[in-house]
Amino acid sequence: MNGWDWIHWLIFVVVILGFALSMIIVFIWTERKVIGRFQLRRGPNRVGPMGVLQAFADFIKVLTKEDIVPAKADRWVHLLAPIVAFVPALLVLAVVPFRDGSILADLNIGILYVVAIGALGVVGIFMAGWGSNNKYSLISAMRTAAQVVSYEVPVVLSIVGVILITGSLSMVTIVHEQQVPFILLQPLGFLIFFLGTTAEINRSPFDLLEAESEIVAGFHIEYSGMKFALFYLGEYAHAVAASAVITTLFLSGWKGPVLPPVLWFLIKVGFVFWLFLWMRSTLPRLRVDQLMGFAWKFLLPLALFNVFLTGAEVLLWEEKMASWGNFPWPFLFLNLALAGGLIVLWSKFFRLGGGRVEV
Amino acid sequence: MRFKRYGAGIAKGMALTLKHLWRRPITVEYPEERLIPSKRFRGYELVWYPERCTACATCAKACPQGNIEIVTSRGEGDMYKVEKFEVDTGRCMFDGLCVESCPFNALAMGQSYERSSYCRGQVVLSKEELTISEERQPSGYARPEIEALQPEQTLLIYRTGGVR
Amino acid sequence: MMELKTEPVVINMGPQHPSTHGVFRMRVTFDGEVIVDMEPVFGYLHRGIEKLAEERTYTQVIPLTDRLDYVASMTNNHAYVLAVERLAGITVPERAEYLRVIMDEMMRISSHLLAVGFLLNDMGAFFTPLMYMFREREKLLDLFEMVCGQRLTYNYMRIGGLSHDIPPEFLPALNRFVQEMPHFIDEYDQLLAENEILLARTKGVGVLSRELAINASASGPVLRASGVSWDIRKADPYSVYDRFKFQVPIGTAGDIYDRYWVRIQEMRHSVRILEQAIKGLPSGEVMAKVPPLLRPPQGEAYAHIESPRGELGFYVVSDNSIAPYRLHIRAPTFINLTTLRDLVIGWKLADAVAVFGSIDIVLGEVDR
Repeated sequence: MNGWDWIHWLIFVVVILGFALSMIIVFIWTERKVIGRFQLRRGPNRVGPMGVLQAFADFIKVLTKEDIVPAKADRWVHLLAPIVAFVPALLVLAVVPFRDGSILADLNIGILYVVAIGALGVVGIFMAGWGSNNKYSLISAMRTAAQVVSYEVPVVLSIVGVILITGSLSMVTIVHEQQVPFILLQPLGFLIFFLGTTAEINRSPFDLLEAESEIVAGFHIEYSGMKFALFYLGEYAHAVAASAVITTLFLSGWKGPVLPPVLWFLIKVGFVFWLFLWMRSTLPRLRVDQLMGFAWKFLLPLALFNVFLTGAEVLLWEEKMASWGNFPWPFLFLNLALAGGLIVLWSKFFRLGGGRVEV
Repeated sequence: MRFKRYGAGIAKGMALTLKHLWRRPITVEYPEERLIPSKRFRGYELVWYPERCTACATCAKACPQGNIEIVTSRGEGDMYKVEKFEVDTGRCMFDGLCVESCPFNALAMGQSYERSSYCRGQVVLSKEELTISEERQPSGYARPEIEALQPEQTLLIYRTGGVR
Repeated sequence: MMELKTEPVVINMGPQHPSTHGVFRMRVTFDGEVIVDMEPVFGYLHRGIEKLAEERTYTQVIPLTDRLDYVASMTNNHAYVLAVERLAGITVPERAEYLRVIMDEMMRISSHLLAVGFLLNDMGAFFTPLMYMFREREKLLDLFEMVCGQRLTYNYMRIGGLSHDIPPEFLPALNRFVQEMPHFIDEYDQLLAENEILLARTKGVGVLSRELAINASASGPVLRASGVSWDIRKADPYSVYDRFKFQVPIGTAGDIYDRYWVRIQEMRHSVRILEQAIKGLPSGEVMAKVPPLLRPPQGEAYAHIESPRGELGFYVVSDNSIAPYRLHIRAPTFINLTTLRDLVIGWKLADAVAVFGSIDIVLGEVDR
């Protein structure tokens, strides 16, 4: 390890921190503004022009709040939980390429790292739920643990499709290999990954852990001040990270005509986040058993099928690649048709969640 | 419950919310933009005309809360002199029964709706605080002659438009 | 396999909880997420309105009735003045009767909009359906403000008629609303009626059986969703309801979805009643000759109407004085709420909130 490596890392750590924090602030503002417009409201418009400084005003307000630890809480767990929940989201961004060569660490197991680190956030949430010594928090923590563990399986399996095509786990290679965005070549994989990620970052309609109408605020019901702010930032940091990963895996990362690569990357990240917002502003929440049913009965079988299908296609096109001009065009349409057909067909086969329990 | 329709219903809903994204917001930016309330608006204060009032206390009897306090003394001739005319708007329901019952049109509902204050004493309106002034204007509730002079109410039904 | 030792958890949902629609408390016993027992606790909003009415004149009680079901004050006014008019034998001018029907149906639409919007909110839709429904509700509140000067506590009906006639700009605005509203209801249908998540959350959940609904003497949309055709407007027509053509939508399953569906359909039929009432509105006086200090003859009277939430009844006893000797209110939501325990046992935490929202209670009326 020479001196240049250290400088590279130092610069990129600062860049990524700056990027993540500024994106979080932009996302908070976007979310409130866009959801406002979906609901025929104007959204925040008091602090600064168009309300852009709203996030800072909120931040100052939150900092001046009293920091409360409940009397019977597990003090250290309660204190550590926000940090444990916030940090993994930042770590994920370490392997996301902003443009060709602009990456903190081009790990050759990049996507594996994303999956491994991304799931760590749930530990923080569980710590918060347990440490708060509140019944609502505990219910929320249990829900989250079950939810994230379940949705991890279809998410990982849907990535396998991408890996089979590129033959590499490195994020940079994955972007390089995308002659067309993989969303076209892997529509089913994208759908599963998108829905699974929505569940993992706990956004609506899978936001059971902080279901306001049921368990009030869930795991962060006993948090205030800076600790609450960390959870709040963590939630958006996860959203930033998830949008960046989806962009890299399925929307061909920084690639795009005319505009500079970094701008393309940001546009795509913003678009993915907008999709999250669109879902949030339309859909009611699933019940906890339906959520599990959706993961195990709908996403998982389809993800398995997707792996099988992609594997077969990769074997096939290795022979015929040359005749198709180095790109498997026929599979583009075949996969789209198959994805549509499978969703229609499979949705008739399974029951979403259980019914009444005799007590 | 089976997912019979493979997400078509969700797609329809999403299409509708997307359509709403391009519609004009329906909210009103309040402190800058004020809608004109109804001509009969029962605002959060009362307007009292001392010259018309005969201190008959019909309003005080009509009030379900017993909110209007009137103390009188002997005035010139047959008239009573009003010593005290006090309305506790903190307890008032603004039902307008006092205004409706007044036989001499000496009482009217006010037009103001920004009457919040920091202490309870300020919402008890005394004789001086009830008379008509620049900022204390009567509304047309149960007073047709005042109602005719009021500006047209802003109606959201004409503002927001129909289904596009 | 070793049996895990578990024990049920008791959670007090409310009185301060985002989805209790006021100050209601559910003492719920959970086994995991499953509800094994539920005990409703109410009375946090008790103001003793029935007792307060005994020391106020008959007219002074009207503003008190506004505070019962504060989402549908007009119908409360109507039920009360109907009872007193029966007691005193007062005939109401025809124009006043028509206007009362118009107000009732406007109130029904605005109340159902709120009920459906908050039901969706309870199920986790992030305020979007609620905002769309508030858009229409605000237009109605504007019209209420136009006729009586207030948006929430109207105090509009009087014994023997109405406090005011409608202003001339009322009918054009209402006409426009009547024309627009069906399209907006279609939009709600597009947003909600086929949404798979909504269907999954509501179909077959919280089923109120026909027998239980009748035995609990439930009324309103809750009863009709269970397949019982009982609507006071048809069963015991009051005011001028016998002159209008409308249907009473009846559910079949008695689950949350049917209660939601019945409300949406009722809005459509209310719009039709409004159409007919505007056409048939006669001219003339809106107030009968009633002495300012009413002393009804000794006796008792009961009047019930179909409020948005069910059968709202007022029982008035007079001893020939200026104040009622006794006033009793049959609050529909209070009686509908008694079925809550049977509906939620065995379901999940999230269902309890949804079932509770579908019964559509207003605490002002439950606790009185």
